[in-house]
This record gives sequence, structure tokens and C-alpha cells, in this order.
Amino acid sequence: MANVLEDVGKKTISHLDYVGSVNIQWWATLRAVGSALPFVGNRYRWQASVQQMLQIGVDALPMVALMAICTGFILAMQGASELRRFGAIHYVIDLVAVGFTRELGPLLTAIAVSGRSGSAFAAEIGTMKVSEELDSLRVMALDPIEFILAPKYLAALITVPCLSILSNVCGILAGGLFMFLSTHLSPILYVRDVFESIELRDVITGLIKSVAFATIIAQVSCLEGFRVRGGPDSVGRSTTSAVVKSTFLVIVADAVFTAIFYFTVQH
Amino acid sequence: MAIISIRDLVVEYDGRRILDSLSLDIEHGETMVFLGGSGSGKSTLLRQIIGLERPKAGSIFVKGTDITRCSAAELKKVRRSIGVAFQSAALFNSLSVADNVALTLREHTRLAPSIIELMVWMKLAVVGLADFGKLHPQELSGGMKKRAAVARALALSPEILVLDEPSAGLDPIVAAELDELILFLKEVFEMTVIVVTHEMPSAFRIADRIAMLYKGSFRLVGSKDEIRASQDPRVRQFLDRVPGNIAETPAVAAHFEQYLQAQEA
Repeated sequence: MANVLEDVGKKTISHLDYVGSVNIQWWATLRAVGSALPFVGNRYRWQASVQQMLQIGVDALPMVALMAICTGFILAMQGASELRRFGAIHYVIDLVAVGFTRELGPLLTAIAVSGRSGSAFAAEIGTMKVSEELDSLRVMALDPIEFILAPKYLAALITVPCLSILSNVCGILAGGLFMFLSTHLSPILYVRDVFESIELRDVITGLIKSVAFATIIAQVSCLEGFRVRGGPDSVGRSTTSAVVKSTFLVIVADAVFTAIFYFTVQH
Repeated sequence: MAIISIRDLVVEYDGRRILDSLSLDIEHGETMVFLGGSGSGKSTLLRQIIGLERPKAGSIFVKGTDITRCSAAELKKVRRSIGVAFQSAALFNSLSVADNVALTLREHTRLAPSIIELMVWMKLAVVGLADFGKLHPQELSGGMKKRAAVARALALSPEILVLDEPSAGLDPIVAAELDELILFLKEVFEMTVIVVTHEMPSAFRIADRIAMLYKGSFRLVGSKDEIRASQDPRVRQFLDRVPGNIAETPAVAAHFEQYLQAQEA
């Protein structure tokens, strides 16, 4: 019994330590992120941010678009198979448009970014830790948070919402393609119905989620990299851990945000 | 006045004492070599001197600032006067050699890019890598990486140059070249140089004074001649390359007996 209590206590302290570390790191990043801004910040940091935007955003475009198209098509097909029985196939448009704008667009994007860029962040920082590059930065009087994390965070804050919008568009267009193929609904009518279905608040809540997801992915993945101890095997473990933890926390955050918006914004 | 002053330094990891009440003054312009076997605590001492870790007790004054208790801003200021070349070189693989050297100049000065380029070329020329600036670290040999790390450490013309195991893993010729480079740098730039090594020929070539570490304590601190003349058994064992007893039959038997007793318990 004492051992069980001891284990529970240790795990609790370990989780609290992790949450505290993420928050301390996030606060330090917020203080440093100004240095990565264009015109007012350090131009080398801004260049690093642009480089990161290309890697997180532009390079992920095909993957996010394909995931959204497939999911949009699947959602429309699954919705249609049930709604058709009640003669309500028209509601597939609402299902796809609202479902993607509020939920699936940001979530799919976050999962894709977590897998692609989250793992890359952890591996890059972990390797730098193992090869003493982080120590090297410190002794050169450069702050690793400002030098490494701030450009990544700024890039994620900009690119993840942009990718979410792209994901929304692709998913909704895939739904339109299904409606055209199954009911010969004209694309113009489909687009008109989509705009009637969604409201500005749907888009805004989706973008708020995207910003939160970007924060979770960047902070958790980078923290996993900074916490690497030992040799190359620990870099591998931290990479896996970064993807697992950030994806899990993104889904938890999604549930929390959806509940908040359901009880406040929607009603 | 000493440029670095260590007072009663104690370092512990998980309750295990690594450095035990060390005190030492390093004078301006001297080359101090920390000599000692593996696990003697010399790299730990080095990490303390460059402010990468905080001790359990004691102080380290660098140019009059206690880096164990100063603010982050003060530590940054102190660090700008210290150039460090790590054992693994720790060059940034994503940057070219020239960009590695230029990094601190770009970050800490407002010099024009053309001036920075000229300074980078000069630093690389000093270490004999003037023609290799465009290469990336992974394209360099071990010795060239070490020299590039020294060039990067020299970028801000620091008063103190710290080198961690500069000749480790290098062939004797390249190691001797690095020794000559260290002597050259000291003479030309009048720097205080701190070197951690366990290579005795290198230590006796470059040192003004040698601090011999054994199990976290200074066994002897003195000039090269004082170290050579020492009759301290641990110093003599190190200098005369006398092996320990880990591979002798009684020692193996003792370990085996200990193991069996632990199993029975």
C-alpha cells in the first residue's frame, strides 16, 4: 500500500513538474518572441522564423491538403449514408462545412504538424543538447529559448492557423465533389449553401483553437528536446514522446475549447 | 590580481561529491592546465568556471564577478569575455564554418557585414582555416573541427580562452600543431588560457602552471618543474603511467566476493 502511494505521489510530482516546466518555458518564449518579429526584432531571428515557416507550413501543404480532402470525402459519404434514409442528404453540406470549420480543420492540421514538425523540433534540439551545441550557445551569451525556440514558436503561430484555413477549404471542397458526384449538386449552389451554413464565429473559434494547438505543439516538442539526457537513444525517445504528448494534449485542449465554446459562444 | 578566483568550491550530483572544497587563483595572462585522470572532476570544474552549472557551495570570481551568485544579465556580460572550445567542438552543423565564427559577432556587435566578414577571415586564418570557411562542420576532419571551435571561441577577442580536451582523439602531429596554436594565441593576444587535458606531453608543452586533480580535489598545483619533481604517489602514478589494480587477480576476486555477499544478503 505504501509503495502504491509512493508511486502515485512520485508520478503526481513528475506530472506537476512537467506542467510547470512547460509554463515556465512558455512564459520565457513569450518574453523572447519579440526578438523574432520583423522590423522591431533581430533580423537573423526573423530569417530563422521565415525558414521555420517554410518547413512547418509550406512543406506541409500537400500532406495537410490530402488529409483534409480524404477526411472531407469520408465525412460526406458517412453522413450521406445515414441522412439519405431520412431524405436529409442536403444536411451533408452543413455537416461538412461546420464540422471542418469548427473542428476537423484545426484538429487535422494540428495532428499533421505534431507528427511532422513536433518530432523535428524535439530531434533537432535533442541532438543539439547531446552534441553540446546548447551549452555552446549559453557560453556565447546566447539564450537558447530566444535563439531556437522563439523563431519556431512564431512560425508555428503563423503557419498553423493558415494551414487550418487551407484544411477547411480542402475538406469542404471534397464534400462538394461528393455532392456533385452523388446528387449532381452544382458547385455554385454548394458554395452558396456552405456560406449560409457557417458563421464568422465558427471560423474564429477554429482559429483560436489553431493558435492554442500551435502553442502546445511548439512548447511540448521543444521541451522534450531540452529535457534530453544522455546519448542518441534518448533523442529517439524524446522524439516519440514529443509526438505522443503533443497529440494527446492537442486532443484534450480541443475537448476543453469545444466545451467552452459550446456553453458560451454557441448558446 | 587574479582574473579567476575559485573559493571553497563544492559540487555534488545526486548526493555524490564530485568537487571537494577547491580553491585556486588563476592569474591574468597565464596558461593553467587542469590535469587528471578520467572521472577526476576536471570537466566538471571547467563547466563551473564557464557558468554552465551552479555549485552546492563556494564561489567563482571571474574578473571580480561571483558567477555562482550573479544575475543572468551579469553572467551574460562575463561570458562575453570568455571563449570556449568544447571537447566535441560543438560547432553548429546547420551553419558553415564561417557562419559559426560570425555568430557571436552578429549577435553581440553592430559591426557592418563587410567588417564581420573580414574579422571572420582573420580568425580563421589564425587557426589555419582561411580557405575552409564555406564548408560545413561535417565536412571537416577532427583536427580541423577543433581549430574551427578555437576560431569561434576567439571571435569576440576574449580575455579568457577555455579549451576542453583540445588534443583528445587527435593524432600526435595534429595534437602538437594545436599545442603550438595555443602558445601562439597566448603570445599574440595575451590571453589567459585554461586547458583541461589528460595528455601529459601537451600539458607540459603549453602550461605555465598545472593543477593536478584527483577524486575531486587538487592533489598538487604548481609549475611544470614542481609537478615533475613531485613525489606525491598519485602524481607519480599519473606521470609514470602506473596502472591501477582493477585487472589484477586479487582485485577481481574481491569484486566477485562482494557480489556474492550482496546476492546472499
